[in-house]
Amino acid sequence: MKTSNHLIFALLIFLGGTGASAKNIQLLNVSYDPTREFYAEFNPAFAAHWKAQTGDTVVIKQSHGGSGKQARGVIDGLQADVVTLALAADIDALHEVAQLIPRDWQQRLSHNASPYTSTIVFLVRKGNPKAIKDWNDLVQPGVAVITPNPKTSGGARWNYLAAWAYARRHTGSEAGAQKFVASLFKNVPVLDSGARGSTTTFVQRGIGDVLLAWENEAHLAQKEFRAEGYEIVVPSLSILAEPPVCVVDKNVKKKGTQAVAQAYLEYLFSEEGQHLAVRHFYRPTSPAVARKYAQNFPQLELVTIDAAFGGWPQAQKTHFADGGVFDQIYAR
Amino acid sequence: MSLLRKEHSVLPGFGLSLGFTLAYLGLIVLVPLSAAFLKTAGMSWAEFVAAVASPRVMAAYRLSFFASLAAASVNAFFGLIVAWVLVRYAFPGKRIVDALVDLPFALPTAVAGIALTAIYAKNGWLGQVLEPHGVKIAFTELGVFVALTFIGLPFVVRTLQPVLEELQPELEEAAASLGANRWQTITRVLLPELFPALLTGFALSFARALGEYGSVVFISGNMPLRTEIVPLLIITKLEQYDYRGATAIAVVMLTASFGLLLLINLIQKWSRRHHRV
Amino acid sequence: MDLTAAARPFFNMAVVVPSVLFKVRPLAGAPLRATQDPRWVRWLLTGIALGFLGFFLVLPLVAVFGEALRRGLGAYFTAVGDADALASVKLTLIAALISVPANVVFGVPAAWCIAKYSFRGKSLLITLIDLPFAVSPVISGLIYVLVFGAQGWLGPWLIEHDVKIIFAVPGIVLATTFVTFPFVARELIPLMQAQGSEEEYAAITLGANGWQTFWRVTLPNIKWGLLYGVILCNARAMGEFGAVSVVSGHIRGETNTMPLHVEILYNEYNFVGAFAVASLLALLALVTLVLKSIVEWRHAQAHAA
Repeated sequence: MKTSNHLIFALLIFLGGTGASAKNIQLLNVSYDPTREFYAEFNPAFAAHWKAQTGDTVVIKQSHGGSGKQARGVIDGLQADVVTLALAADIDALHEVAQLIPRDWQQRLSHNASPYTSTIVFLVRKGNPKAIKDWNDLVQPGVAVITPNPKTSGGARWNYLAAWAYARRHTGSEAGAQKFVASLFKNVPVLDSGARGSTTTFVQRGIGDVLLAWENEAHLAQKEFRAEGYEIVVPSLSILAEPPVCVVDKNVKKKGTQAVAQAYLEYLFSEEGQHLAVRHFYRPTSPAVARKYAQNFPQLELVTIDAAFGGWPQAQKTHFADGGVFDQIYAR
Repeated sequence: MSLLRKEHSVLPGFGLSLGFTLAYLGLIVLVPLSAAFLKTAGMSWAEFVAAVASPRVMAAYRLSFFASLAAASVNAFFGLIVAWVLVRYAFPGKRIVDALVDLPFALPTAVAGIALTAIYAKNGWLGQVLEPHGVKIAFTELGVFVALTFIGLPFVVRTLQPVLEELQPELEEAAASLGANRWQTITRVLLPELFPALLTGFALSFARALGEYGSVVFISGNMPLRTEIVPLLIITKLEQYDYRGATAIAVVMLTASFGLLLLINLIQKWSRRHHRV
Repeated sequence: MDLTAAARPFFNMAVVVPSVLFKVRPLAGAPLRATQDPRWVRWLLTGIALGFLGFFLVLPLVAVFGEALRRGLGAYFTAVGDADALASVKLTLIAALISVPANVVFGVPAAWCIAKYSFRGKSLLITLIDLPFAVSPVISGLIYVLVFGAQGWLGPWLIEHDVKIIFAVPGIVLATTFVTFPFVARELIPLMQAQGSEEEYAAITLGANGWQTFWRVTLPNIKWGLLYGVILCNARAMGEFGAVSVVSGHIRGETNTMPLHVEILYNEYNFVGAFAVASLLALLALVTLVLKSIVEWRHAQAHAA
C-alpha cells in the first residue's frame, strides 16, 4: 500500500517535471490522531485529481497529534494550509487566540464544515463476557471502563458528553446525569492522555471490560487486532461527533496556496472523498453516499453538541474547564 | 560584576571563561526561561494562586515530590554501589553493563514508559507474577516511582564514576597504614571524598524526576488527585489554551527546583570546605 | 582562604613525583592491598549492582528488543529502512551533531571557571547551570514557543522576515541544546574540584602560559570525564522527547526526530516498527560506548608501549 503511494508520488513528480508550465505545490495538513490512515489514502487521490485538473503537482505533508496540541501548534506558527481537527472548539481557537481565520469559518463549507462524522461506541472483548449493551451497563459494579482523560483528549470529551446525554434522558435531570457520569468514572481504572493510548491500554495491556471509542477507531482496532475478536457494541443513544475542516486563511494567503487548499477540502466532500471516508469507517455526510452504505453504519439516536449542550464553548466551560463538573466528580 | 568578584588566583583565564559561560547561559537558558516568568507577571495574585494552589495541583505536587525523593534516594544508594563495582571490580561483561547505564538517556522517555508499562501491567512479565500477591505497580503511585527511578539512574552513577576513577589509591593505603580497617577507610576517607559527587548525583536525579513527563504518563494511569503528576497538569492547562495558567505552574516548579538545587549546591560547598580544613 | 599559600607545599611534590605514579592501579591477582575488598564483599556488591541494573535497566531493554523482533528480522529491517524512519534518523543526528559540540564548547570553560577559582555567587552559577535538568521537558519546549512562536516575543518579526525557528530544524536544535545544556559542565565540575589545581599551579610556576596549561595539563586530566560528559550529552540529545515534541510540529518525514517517530509508529499500532526505531536509539548509545572503550583501550596500549 505504502510503496504504491510512493510510486504515485514519484510518478507525479516525474510528470510534474516534464510539464512546462506545471507547478509544484506543497500543502501541510495539520490533523488529529485517528485520521492518519484516511489521509494516507486520500492525499494521493487528491493529488491525482488536481494533476488531471490543472497539471500542477501537489504534495501533501501530514502532521498528526492530539487535536488541542495540533491547534496550539498552528496558533504558535506551524504553517498549516488546512486543519482537520477533532472538534470545532479547537478550530475556534485559531480565530479567538490568533485571528488566523474568520469567526464564521464553519459556514464556509457544507455540513458545518464536517465532511465526515462519527459517533461514540463501545469496544468489548470477545463474546462480550460482561454482557454490555448500553450505557447503564457501564455503571454496574465490577465493570472496568477505559476512556482517556477528558482534560487532555478531544475524543474523551465526546465520550463523556455522550454518557451525559444518555443519563440526562433516562434520569430526567442534570443532577441525575452528573451522578451517573460520576459512577461511570468510578469504574475507570486508567485515564490515558490520548485516545490511542486508551486503545493500547485496552488491547495490549488487557485492562478493562469495555473501551469507549470513536466508531472509526473501534473499527480500526477491530481490524488491526483481528485475532483477538473484539466486538463493537452500539448503545441506544450517542452523540454526533463532527470533526471539522478549515483552510487557514492567513497562512495560505502568505504561501499563495489558497485555491489548492480550498479545492483539497472541497474534494473531501466529493464522491471519491466520501467513499474513502467510508472505507475508513467514517460516516459520510453526502446523503447519496450515506444511502449507499447505510448497512455499514447501524442506526442509533444521535444528539448534537449544539442541541444538547449549547455548543462547544458552553460545554467546555461547564464540564471541562478547571473547577468544572469533571473536576467536581473527582473532588467530591 | 560585583556579585561575581573572584578571590585572587594565579591561574589565568577567569574573565574569559566566566564571561563566555554567562553569555551562553543567558542566551540558551535565562532569556527563554524569563519568558515564562514574564508571561506569569501579567496575572493578578488571585489568578496566580487559583492556578497553582487548587487541590488537584496540590495533590500533584505531593506525588511528584515524594515519588521523586524516593526514586532519587534509591538511585543514590544503588548508584553508589553500581559505580563502585564498575570502577573497582573486574567481572565478565563489565563493559556491557557500563554501557547499559546510559540506557535511560538514550531511550526516548515515551518508549521507556511503554516498555515499563508492558513489564509491570497485570498481563506483563513481572505484573502477572506480582499482581496475584496484591502488588500493583502499573497505574499506581508505585509505577510513577519505578519510572522516575529508571530515568534518574544514570545521574548518580555517571557523576560518581569519574571521581572514583581519579581517587588516588594512596589515600586508602595511607589510611590503612595508619591502622584504619577497611570499613573505617570507607566511611571516614572515601565517603567524605565522594560525598560532593554523590550529592550532585542525588540532586540531579531528584530534579530530573520532578519534571519528568513522557515516561510517567504511560505508567501512572493519570487518575485525578491520585496519580497525576505536575507536568501533566501543565499539559492539561495548555489543552485549554490557558498559557498563563500553564506557565504559572511552570514557574512554581522552576522556583522549587531552583531553590532545591541551590540548597544542595550550598550544602556541597559547605561540606567541601569543612572537609578540606 | 589563600589558595596559593595553601597550594605551595604541593608544588615541589607535584614536580618531583612523576604523575604516572598516581595512575597505578592494583593488578588482578596481586595480593590483597589496602584498596581491595575481601572476596565476599566483592561478590555481594557486584551481585547487588547487577541485580539492581537487571531489574531497572536490562528488563526494559529486553522488552524493547523483544517487541522489535517479535515479527522476525525481516519486519525489523523493513521498519528501520522506511523512508520516514531514515529521515528521522538524519534529523536526530543533525540535532545531536550541533548541540553536543556546542555544549562541549560551553561546558569546558564553565567547569574551568567554577572549579579553578573561588568567587562570590558561584553556587548561584552552578545552580543556574543545573536548571535545565530540573525543568520539565514540557516547559523547555514551551519557553521557546513563548519566545519564537507566532504569539511570542520574536514571532511576528520572524514571520515577517520568513525565518523559521520553531516547527523547523533550528527549533529542534535549540530545544535539544537546552535539555542537554548541563551535561558536560556538570560532569567536569566535581572531577576538576576533586583534582584540585596543584598541577596547574605547578605548570604556571614552571613558566607555562594559560593555554599551554590548559591543553597540556588540564585537558589530559579531565579527558575521561569529558568523554563521559559527551557520551551522556549525546545519548540524551538523541533520546529527548518532550521538549522536541513541543517545538517540532510533527510533520512526517520533515520535522520528526527518532523519538517522535517512535511515538507516531506506536500510535499507528505499528508496535514492531516503533520498538525497532527505539532499539536503534539504544544501539546508537551502545555504539558510542563501544567507541569510548576502544579509545580507552588504545590509550592504554600506547602507554604500555
